[in-house]
Amino acid sequence: MKQPISLIVNGERYDTLCQPNLTLLEVLRENLQLTGTKHGCELGECGACAVLLDGEPVLSCLVLAMECAGQQITTVEGLARGAELHPLQAAFADHGAAQCGYCTPGILLTAKALLERNPCPSRSEVREALSGNLCRCTGYLQILDAVDAAAQVLREEQR
Amino acid sequence: MKQPDVLQQESPIGQSPPRKEGAAKVTGKAVYVDDLPVAGAIYGATVRSKVARGRLVGITYHPGVPWEDISVVTAADIPGKNTIALIEHDQPCLADQRINHPEEAVVLLAHPDREVVEKARRLVELHIDPLPPVFDLDESLDGDVRVWGKDNVIKAFSIDKGDVAQAFASAEVIVEGDYATGAQEQLYIEPQGMVALASPKHGITVWGSLQCPYYIHDALATLFGVAKERVRIIQCETGGGFGGKEEYPSMIAAHAALLAWKSRRPVKLIYDRHEDMLATTKRHPSRTRIRSAHDRDGKLLALDVDFRLDGGAYMTLSPVVLSRGGLHASGPYHCENIRVQARAAATNHPPHGAFRGFGAPQSVFAMERHLDKVAEQLGIEPVELRRRNFLQPGQKMATGQVLRDSIDLPQLLDRALTMSDYLRRREEFSRHNEEAAASGSSLRKGIGLASFMHGAGFTGSGERYLASIVAVDATPQGMVRIRASSTEIGQGKDTVFTQIAQDVLGLPSSMIEVIRPDTAEVPNSGPTVASRTVMVVGKLVQRACQELRRKLSEGGLLGESYTPTEFATACGIFHQMGGSLRVESQYQQPSGIEWDDKKYRGDAYATYAWAVYVAEVTVDLVTYETRVDRFWALQDAGRIIHPVLAAGQIEGGVAQGVGFALYEKVVWQSGRMQNAQMTNYIMPTSLDVPDIFVEFDDRATRTGADAPHGPRGAKGIGELPLDGSAPAVISAVHHATGLMISAIPMTPEDLLQALETAR
Ligand code: FES
Ligand code: FES
Repeated sequence: MKQPISLIVNGERYDTLCQPNLTLLEVLRENLQLTGTKHGCELGECGACAVLLDGEPVLSCLVLAMECAGQQITTVEGLARGAELHPLQAAFADHGAAQCGYCTPGILLTAKALLERNPCPSRSEVREALSGNLCRCTGYLQILDAVDAAAQVLREEQR
Repeated sequence: MKQPDVLQQESPIGQSPPRKEGAAKVTGKAVYVDDLPVAGAIYGATVRSKVARGRLVGITYHPGVPWEDISVVTAADIPGKNTIALIEHDQPCLADQRINHPEEAVVLLAHPDREVVEKARRLVELHIDPLPPVFDLDESLDGDVRVWGKDNVIKAFSIDKGDVAQAFASAEVIVEGDYATGAQEQLYIEPQGMVALASPKHGITVWGSLQCPYYIHDALATLFGVAKERVRIIQCETGGGFGGKEEYPSMIAAHAALLAWKSRRPVKLIYDRHEDMLATTKRHPSRTRIRSAHDRDGKLLALDVDFRLDGGAYMTLSPVVLSRGGLHASGPYHCENIRVQARAAATNHPPHGAFRGFGAPQSVFAMERHLDKVAEQLGIEPVELRRRNFLQPGQKMATGQVLRDSIDLPQLLDRALTMSDYLRRREEFSRHNEEAAASGSSLRKGIGLASFMHGAGFTGSGERYLASIVAVDATPQGMVRIRASSTEIGQGKDTVFTQIAQDVLGLPSSMIEVIRPDTAEVPNSGPTVASRTVMVVGKLVQRACQELRRKLSEGGLLGESYTPTEFATACGIFHQMGGSLRVESQYQQPSGIEWDDKKYRGDAYATYAWAVYVAEVTVDLVTYETRVDRFWALQDAGRIIHPVLAAGQIEGGVAQGVGFALYEKVVWQSGRMQNAQMTNYIMPTSLDVPDIFVEFDDRATRTGADAPHGPRGAKGIGELPLDGSAPAVISAVHHATGLMISAIPMTPEDLLQALETAR
């Protein structure tokens, strides 16, 4: 039986009907057509589906959409600041951190949560924070560089 | 941003402009196949044999789902020829009688509700009378059980140079060794998938995650028995390929299209990770036996290599993979007497296929390990042994090809040694290990290296047969559009093609558009494989742009120097006069390149990229874990068009090479992969990849004879890092532990076993 559910995604409210057993990933992609969030395994192994729930990274393939009602959900579509890219997005584009781009949405959000918690992470802290996000293209190093560059921009903005 | 209206003076080659594909990929706007909104789509599923070998005698559809609402396709529904056309037509699209591996597709199902289709898949029972399977490569070559052709041999060839037998007969030192590499899963993060629309009236259109649109184009025309014009293949944004989306996408496209043809509805056929890992191709497992003859100084006098690949159940691309492997078997070394015997054998594993490096990582691993063994046996430093045997320009390679690249390998080696402080570290680690052994500490340190090359572009006469075409046109507004079937799969093809076009036309990047591969819109520039996109196809882009410029200036519309506005005006006038501003350029083999396919003689590759890689590791003798601490990757890959993207190719390739060496183990049972999940098939995470110091150094070859092959002297780089990373890592493990590891992946369990055997 489908049930009504309302989700707050990137600050906007969405009302939809869904089966209670659907994951947040499925509802985002299929009901709300927010396809920026990707799937690579649907078993919590790859990190491609990471989104933020009240600012904390979660694997959207592992949480039920029903459980997220009322919480602030952030997806890659909500990262840009109007027409301007978020510093993380800009840095990823500049540093070659998005090759095929498939792991990118999940990594951007995980990195965003990290930088909010820790504006000045060491390289090994970034490695640690991203260790659940698999990337097969880059070997991660340009991703680490991009997170570093974005952290610097964000810190300067704070001043 | 407003661009100044001037001819760009500075060439963009060698700069790192922002990626053309960048913005869509960081904002979530890039559309991958499963993101396509498809109204009224039904979802496909594949019923597979699960049995490695047998005869299909019946199919039962058990009750439990509304079968009348489900589209069901079997081999009987195929309008044309039941095959996935590639080199040969031996692989069926859907098995009808003979089952040759456990992931053979037999029945296709589709329904609007994914849960229903999944349930239906479980309710299909296949009745298969089993036949004896063969899983071991060498058992297959013994030929006792015939599973393919007349003798299970998919392809065999030999390369002969000099007189090997005589050289062995008189040699002072002979060293022998056996080496092996395992299957490796490409593990692109986006699983494979296709969307299809098909009907006799409208023809067949497929969208998907893919590397080679024209492979699919050919395969579908054969499968449906229709003219090629009736088939259209469109690439979606593709989440990585690494070879894994070279040939298997034809299978998925075929299945999706058959379901669409039968149901008259759009079909989405998207694999989940498990199915992707089980059914799609992997790197060919290999076994190599090497015998080499030397003088006391280590000079290579003769080399006898027996190189074998497990091709899996059908031919697919095995002959070509075997070729590249065999041709790279003797490495960047000179030897007067060489025999390489190469064979690919069929087994009842799912077919193995393309994976970045394409046979070369297997044979390079064997040769580099063998040289470490020789060094140890002769008491020569591995570095010295390599230095004494390097190829020099003008010398003959295994196929008799005269090395025309002006490479200076001793110099490249020296630079790698300096860059990595190799000699000091080697000494320091040796000392550390002695002390650690004395004090009972469990950590051992090692540093090792590999020197190697990678042939750029297709093997032998491949490029000549392909005769790739690139088209470039300009609109009346002066927008230049590059049309090629080469796909963007993460490497930054659009950006690099734009740079090449800008270099010729002097226009801002915003006036260059790279058209998305769609067989209705782009000519066949060949597949996106073999590190050929920049070198071979890029050269065609360059030539087509030159031709476009010539056309405009011959018409008197464009001077020697012009502004972008003048360029646009010239295009406008040209169109008004009724002219066509579309030009094509087609591959022409550079003169002086000869290749004999039968005898494996001649110029195997137009040119090569050269490299020396160094790895530093720590091995823990209590946990048996190996960590790569640092990695240095020095290469001469010709002129680098986009340094940031090029470094990204190397880093990503090294990471895959580290996985190939230490982590990525496919566990087989009865021909099926037992660990088809990302939790138990382990690829490197951000914690496992070391800092990698990448350098490009084309000083030696910049002005050499190899320079003309790619645009501005560019060569291929995509596959290169896969060849040398694993042997460098294992060489370092050798230094750390004293163990002559000769098979990869070397997991902690394997290391434990090797240590116990050594005790
Ligand atoms: S799709 Fe959620 S972790 Fe892989
Ligand atoms: S960029 Fe392709 S998986 Fe990360």
